[in-house]
Amino acid sequence: MLEVAGLTFHYEDMTMVFDLKVARGECLALLGPSGAGKSTLLSLIAGFETPSSGRVEIEGRDVTNLSPAERPVTSLFQEHNLFAHLTVTENVGLGLDPGLHLGPAERAAVEEALQRVELTGMGGRLPAQLSGGQRQRVALARSLVRQKPLLLLDEPFSALDPGLRGGMLDLVDQLRRERGLTVVIVSHNPQDAQHIAARTAFLYEGRVVAQGETQAVLSAGEPAALRAFLGNAPRQVSEG
Amino acid sequence: MPWWLPASLSLSVVGLLVGGALLALGLTAGGLALADNLGQPYLWRVVWFTLWQAALSTLLSVAFAIPLARALSRRRFPGRGLLLRIFSLSLVVPVIVAIFGIVAVHGRRGWVNEALEAFGFSGVHYLYGLGGILIGHCFLNMPFVARILLQALDTVPPESWRVASQYGLRSRDLFRLIEWPAMRTVLPGVAGLVFMLCFTSFAVVLTLGGGPKATTLEVAVYQALRFDFDLGRAVTLALVQLVCCGGIVLAVLHLSLPGNLSLTEGRAYPRPDRAGWPGRLADSAMIGGAMIFVLLPLAAVVLAGFNAKAASVLTDPALWRALGQSLTIAMASAVLALLLGAALLISSRSLRHRLLRPAAANRLELSASLILVVPPFVLATGLFVMLRHVTDVFALAMPLVILVNALMALPFVVRFLGGPMMAEAQKHDRLCQSLGLAGWNRLRLIEWPSLRRPIALALAVAATLSLGDLGVIALFGSQDFATLPLLLYQAMGGFRMAEAAVIAAVLSLLCLLLFLSIEYGLGRMRFRRRVRHA
Repeated sequence: MLEVAGLTFHYEDMTMVFDLKVARGECLALLGPSGAGKSTLLSLIAGFETPSSGRVEIEGRDVTNLSPAERPVTSLFQEHNLFAHLTVTENVGLGLDPGLHLGPAERAAVEEALQRVELTGMGGRLPAQLSGGQRQRVALARSLVRQKPLLLLDEPFSALDPGLRGGMLDLVDQLRRERGLTVVIVSHNPQDAQHIAARTAFLYEGRVVAQGETQAVLSAGEPAALRAFLGNAPRQVSEG
Repeated sequence: MPWWLPASLSLSVVGLLVGGALLALGLTAGGLALADNLGQPYLWRVVWFTLWQAALSTLLSVAFAIPLARALSRRRFPGRGLLLRIFSLSLVVPVIVAIFGIVAVHGRRGWVNEALEAFGFSGVHYLYGLGGILIGHCFLNMPFVARILLQALDTVPPESWRVASQYGLRSRDLFRLIEWPAMRTVLPGVAGLVFMLCFTSFAVVLTLGGGPKATTLEVAVYQALRFDFDLGRAVTLALVQLVCCGGIVLAVLHLSLPGNLSLTEGRAYPRPDRAGWPGRLADSAMIGGAMIFVLLPLAAVVLAGFNAKAASVLTDPALWRALGQSLTIAMASAVLALLLGAALLISSRSLRHRLLRPAAANRLELSASLILVVPPFVLATGLFVMLRHVTDVFALAMPLVILVNALMALPFVVRFLGGPMMAEAQKHDRLCQSLGLAGWNRLRLIEWPSLRRPIALALAVAATLSLGDLGVIALFGSQDFATLPLLLYQAMGGFRMAEAAVIAAVLSLLCLLLFLSIEYGLGRMRFRRRVRHA
């Protein structure tokens, strides 16, 4: 569904080359230490950065030269997902029409999406009146109304409490099953990968150095960079 | 729309105007006789004095601003907020009004001398010449520098003070390890700006210079055009100014260091160096001295306005006509400056955030500041020479003043709008890109609501600067076309001080009202509902 081939990007004096494949309806976790290029890879897939060579294919279509809005992709960032001066409804409505011209059908769609993320009746509030978890759920609701098949999550829940984070990951997992979404999630926490992702790719210094089933990757104990990344975590990882 | 288009449009307008004006003047002068003009010792005396006074003014402003900013950062006292507000507005106080206040305090018959004589001392005359120029420039620039430095100190993460308290850092260690590094990131930029403003200073030097010994290039250009109509000399002087000042400013800005991002938990920790009476005493003296220096002339303007001449000046139709013309010029040039500045910033923002070339973006923003190096008189006269066959001077005077004032306000628009625009992009650019929010929709839904206040501030600053400017109007002013600053200058020049006092009061009041009404009117304006029912 998503294929990244020889995607090359230069940042300062670091050269990154990425290769990656994700099947339809799958959830892939991108793990790695900071500076490994996880967010850069996500930005390249979303189209915020321009690669110097290589290509990105989504659903068999080469999207390397398309602008972010033209790609069948929705991104969720760690912060600043919402416009602070717009209400919840307006923030979600932007996913349907970037001019906010919303008819009855669109308003119903917004309402339904809010219901799905358990924010019924919160449409009139401003982001400042919501908790951190609620804000990310508004952003999730917007990604639902956009109906793009690929969802990219850049550490969207790392600022939340562990309990809340688990709930949010569960919600993402449910939505993925319901709507047949393909999800790529960046995290620096192996537990997130165990929680939600069947497959995991480990990034180190701008390369994908390990890729496969999450349990297998996490318990393989190599390469050395992965061992260092996991630190003292037990080899036999139990269900987190 | 390609990223470079807005800036190219904006810079072509500026470049064509400046280049065209210089070319037109050079051609009309029938060659510049460059060698001839450059060989004159008079010119080099002027260059030397211009450099000397600008360097001294900058040095004094910075030397007083650094301890003042430290003192203000350490102390909290009633009226501190108001004082800081006055400090940040000192840049838009009409120069000619400030000069009137300075004369009223420091002049031969000013408050200082009156006080001295009341105690039986003989008066001292220190205002005219280099001393006067330095007082004027420090009055206009020092508070602004202090405000910028204080802002830099405010960006020091509060956790630094916690660490400093724990390790028992002394005041001078704090300065060396925390405060100086914070100030150093903004100092080259602000010192460069002050140097440029002092190098090209006109009204202060014209009124307080007190004679041909203390003449700057800008004043010399004015005199060459106004009294001798020597176009060749004017262009030569302008070119010398361009080369000298431009070169020096570029060199200074090259020293600019990028500010580092600071990490903070957002909690406040008190500075460890607030106790101790020597420090308290020194800070009080510093703040008190600055208040006297800055507030007395402003008070003089307010107080002197209430005098016997008030009724006759206020009923003079010439005053009201000048007021109307001043407002027209101010608003038109402010809007023009805003459009030019915003276009430039749209491109530099793309450079910075999408193409990741912050250095190039900086250079682009800097290019707007270089307009300050071009003498406005040369600009205006050149354009006049170019257009004089099309129409006459009476029709041209107003548009020329508007155009030149807009160009002179451009760097300030870029400065006040640049930061907020970049911050907005940092927060929202990717989100907007991914949602396909662009063009009109982005402007209406995202940019305007979050940039409304900085836009209003930039517009207010540009309008107020233009309203209080005594520049090209001194060249083009006539019986039928005058602004309030010109009336004030003429009254002071004719030693009609009571009349001048009333005009100064009216002009300051007008500036204040215009500034506040734009800043609050536009800045706080409620916007209409955004969701349209389709």
